[in-house]
Amino acid sequence: MKQLLKKLELTRMEWIALGIACIIPFVFHTSLYIQGILILIMLWVVLGTSWNLLAGFTGQVSFGHAAFFGIGAYASAIPYLHWKISPWWGLVTGGLAAVLFGYLLGKLVFRLRGPYFALGTLASGEILRLVFGEEEWLTNGHNGILYMTTWISKYPYYFIILGIAILSVAVVKLIMKSKLGFYFLSIREDQEAAEALGIDTTRYKNISLGVSAFLAGTAGAFYMIYMGFVDPEVVFALHHISIITILVGIIGGVGTIWGPPVGAVIMVFVQELFRSSLFGIGPSWISRIHALVFGALVVVVILYMAGGVVGDWDLIKNKLKRIKGSGATS
Amino acid sequence: MKTLFEVNNLTKHFGGLTAVDHVNFSVNEGEIFGLIGPNGSGKTTIFNLINSYFPVSEGTIVFNDHDITNTPTYEIAKLGIGRTFQVVKPLKRLTVEDNVMAGAFARESTFEGARKVAKDVLEFCHLSNESMMKAGSLPIGGRKRLEIAKALATRPSLLLLDETAAGLNPTELVEAIDIMKKIRDELGITIIIVEHIMKVIMTISDRIHAIAHGATIAEGTPEEVSKDPAVIEAYLGTDYTMGDETNA
Repeated sequence: MKQLLKKLELTRMEWIALGIACIIPFVFHTSLYIQGILILIMLWVVLGTSWNLLAGFTGQVSFGHAAFFGIGAYASAIPYLHWKISPWWGLVTGGLAAVLFGYLLGKLVFRLRGPYFALGTLASGEILRLVFGEEEWLTNGHNGILYMTTWISKYPYYFIILGIAILSVAVVKLIMKSKLGFYFLSIREDQEAAEALGIDTTRYKNISLGVSAFLAGTAGAFYMIYMGFVDPEVVFALHHISIITILVGIIGGVGTIWGPPVGAVIMVFVQELFRSSLFGIGPSWISRIHALVFGALVVVVILYMAGGVVGDWDLIKNKLKRIKGSGATS
Repeated sequence: MKTLFEVNNLTKHFGGLTAVDHVNFSVNEGEIFGLIGPNGSGKTTIFNLINSYFPVSEGTIVFNDHDITNTPTYEIAKLGIGRTFQVVKPLKRLTVEDNVMAGAFARESTFEGARKVAKDVLEFCHLSNESMMKAGSLPIGGRKRLEIAKALATRPSLLLLDETAAGLNPTELVEAIDIMKKIRDELGITIIIVEHIMKVIMTISDRIHAIAHGATIAEGTPEEVSKDPAVIEAYLGTDYTMGDETNA
């Protein structure tokens, strides 16, 4: 344990973030609403980190992370529906089912490169959404699968998903300091050059996909346990899962360890801000334009800080300093 | 002297075009072996066949007494054949040191081990001062040396150098020749080199193999090859004959 901590080389900022994450639900102990938002943030940390390993570090940009998320959710829900096996087992089987699916998917989509790979993954999520909606004998179709949640209090859920989130970030951080990480980055930069350096690109892309799928699948299983409900239109949703996953990565910072966690905080905050019409004080039409706001946010990030908030942090810091400086002199 | 590497009847067809046509050569251990020919004669294609970027149409490639024809590219690197690219392929957004470490992991499993190999190789290739720079911001001379460094980090016993000297200024050229010689003399690595700059290939090669239109036209020492009529014809055309420069 001590050695592991040493290997992680936690910075002061990271200890602070960890500390805040541990006490923040108690700060908002009166508001189940805010605790719910905190749980959502952690869920997106896991999904964003999962996507970032495959897309940001290995260069295989997936538009279909909902596929792994949904598989994980159903791996938790289907055994419950048919055999009353506790959905909690999904925290183990959800990730594994997603890895299995990822392995089969990899055989198909890793033949494709660049935009074609993205389209291939996008299609996989959409295909699953339709199949899980139609195959009612297995999935109960669009009626979904219901489960009485274990606890009413949100604390246990928060700390479980916080634990999964910490594990995800730690795993990716350790990977990126090892041979695996160097191989992932080499593949992202130039697959031919990577092969010439002795890197079996197909194998290492599959490993990256496997870890990524495991994390996303575990997130999906948690979602089922926490919400007590799955339905294909939700867990395989292109815009609500796959696209938001990408936005979390892009806004936070593609190919940075702390990009997805920062992106998750921003995205969930912005999403709630608009969904609730500026927390109930704005006119109601605001809740209908949240997709538009996401679009605008992405345009701004890509134009002015392509590295995301974390990737371009130094740039942002300097700009803020300049604004502060000019404010002080005037 | 032991034969380290040989190609037998190596042939590559691209549709109706025969890019490499029954080429035979063998390279001895510790040799610097030059491969020359006019533009489009098939030199880089031969390299791409050796490390399996393209499947071989006909013939065999033998390395260390093993048939390695159509072995996957990454396996060939692990067996001990390193290569550089004519159009350099730096891992642009990684630092120079990380580029070389990515290669070093072919033989090292730990971070520390790979970093040590990288540091040694960078010093050998005169890149120590640039080790923390992003590879994408290196000037061309540095990029060419980085190509060599990445390949050396995989600890090859045979190194394929594809126009490593092209585009270098005279000072960089001298430095590059010096490094290539040191690779053979100090590291004991056998080299096959493709090069257009005659100053380089004539000064460092032990033997030279010349091809034109994918087929062998001559092989021998640098002096022999440079006087070979077929080689002169391939480079300068049939109109050119010694002492009759008015027709050129």
